[in-house]
Amino acid sequence: MTVQQTALSIAYLVTAVLFILGLKFLSSPKTARRGNILAMVGMVIAVIATGFDTQIVSWTDIAIGALIGAPIGLVSARLVKMTAMPQMVALFNGAGGGAAALVSSGEFLRLLNSGEAPTWYQMLPIVLSCIIGSISFSGSLVAFAKLQELMTGRPITYKGQQIVNGLVLLGIIALVVMLLSGNVTPAPFVGLIAAALLLGVLAVLPIGGADMPVVISLLNSFTGVAVAVTGFALNSTVLIISGTLVGASGTLLTTLMATAMNRSLANVLFGAFGAVRATEGGAAAAPGGGTVRSASVEDVATLLAYSRSVIIVPGYGMAVAQAQHAVRELAQNLEKRGVDVKFAIHPVAGRMPGHMNVLLAEANVPYEQLHEMDEINPQFESADVALVIGANDVTNPAARNVPNSPIYGMPILDVDKAKNVVVLKRSMNPGFAGIDNPLYENPKTIMLFGDAKDSVSKLAASSASA
Amino acid sequence: MELFLIQLTVFVLAVFVGFEIISKVPSMLHTPLMSATNAIHGIILVGAMLIAGAAAGGPVGRAIGIAAMVLATINVVGGFAVTERMLEMFKGKSGTRS
Repeated sequence: MTVQQTALSIAYLVTAVLFILGLKFLSSPKTARRGNILAMVGMVIAVIATGFDTQIVSWTDIAIGALIGAPIGLVSARLVKMTAMPQMVALFNGAGGGAAALVSSGEFLRLLNSGEAPTWYQMLPIVLSCIIGSISFSGSLVAFAKLQELMTGRPITYKGQQIVNGLVLLGIIALVVMLLSGNVTPAPFVGLIAAALLLGVLAVLPIGGADMPVVISLLNSFTGVAVAVTGFALNSTVLIISGTLVGASGTLLTTLMATAMNRSLANVLFGAFGAVRATEGGAAAAPGGGTVRSASVEDVATLLAYSRSVIIVPGYGMAVAQAQHAVRELAQNLEKRGVDVKFAIHPVAGRMPGHMNVLLAEANVPYEQLHEMDEINPQFESADVALVIGANDVTNPAARNVPNSPIYGMPILDVDKAKNVVVLKRSMNPGFAGIDNPLYENPKTIMLFGDAKDSVSKLAASSASA
Repeated sequence: MELFLIQLTVFVLAVFVGFEIISKVPSMLHTPLMSATNAIHGIILVGAMLIAGAAAGGPVGRAIGIAAMVLATINVVGGFAVTERMLEMFKGKSGTRS
């Protein structure tokens, strides 16, 4: 080992340590920012160190790539709306997966040109990284298109879908066997990448928009694993460690999200959840045949103003209506009147894990007011009002007591246990998952129909003046 | 084979470290966590630099190298920038920035 190689290895070790410390600092909102900066420093160290690697003989292509990529990354990161964060993360994730597959392809090309026949254990990590990276790349693009509503968010299914996917998978396995058993030529390699890209698309198509938190987490872990495997191919411990950290994080978040919906991962991936759209009810007649009570802004404002404690349950509908700031204003006005205001955040509220927290943080809601499901659920009983803004399925009591409901068993926020329930909703249309919500027919529930931003702004105004 | 075993050791230990530290992250910070880990897997940029800088493999190799650089740079720069943007919004009651 030369002095230079030793220095490089130590620099990469420092990077790995900084990544681990960075993630550790993410365990509290107080230190989270420091954590991100540590990780950034780690990345800079790794990049500078790599610059001294003797393998690099020309900087032209590195510079071209960096000069194209950096502005794209920076501008999109600056411009993206917080509501669009899931699709942004999906895109960056896809970029990482694609990069891993390309790096492995480059390594494959180098082995081909070296003249020596690569052994199977040289080929294995290259092949795996190409498959996983390509699936992550194309899968992320489809997830992006679904979240950005470039295509329907509903599951796309057709007869024999599983069989087609199974055949593509078999094709991939056959090509892998070919490549590992000594047939190291470009043709099966290109075929392998094409098949993996196809599988990524086919696998995400039947997954509904409501399940995107799970899919994004899973693809995140895929890219992590692809990077780790590339580390095996390039013999780079920093790639192995960093990729594995991401893989672990994605895996944990995936299981967490699936648990929060009481569904197995297999059910999320293959269940085509929400494919059948429930019949839409009219504005007045509830789907179940019961009646719903609707109220005016004034009624609700009075109810809120004379409550002692109010729990606000925000959903993605609030974010779509851009009502976060109005909600924060309402909360502040109520607090000034001495009302105890808390926010209840369901684990799958929003379109990715923890999305709702970010949206409320953007509206300057202090994070101390945000409470997780297990923490807030026992408090609904003593709350005077549960104010549901644009949330639907996560408040649906059918999850508790209707065994044949598609969401039966999913942990929900117990809003129906509050003394009064106020639901702000655009219309009686079912939510993202297309399931009716008996909460709306509950005698304790009053509905306030209309645009969430509009309604909340009016509520905030009345609560300030009353 | 010896090399592979060392790599495997590093990998297995990293799995445990990963699960250990990630499980400590509160759900409030899961979106920033995901975008931070997203930026961290941008470490593939190191691999992209090696591929693009080796300038081997003819025009196909060059195209692969440049494409890998573009994607990896988008991943790194975008990932860190967006995480920073999110985290600076997380404020406590006192209004102080985290």
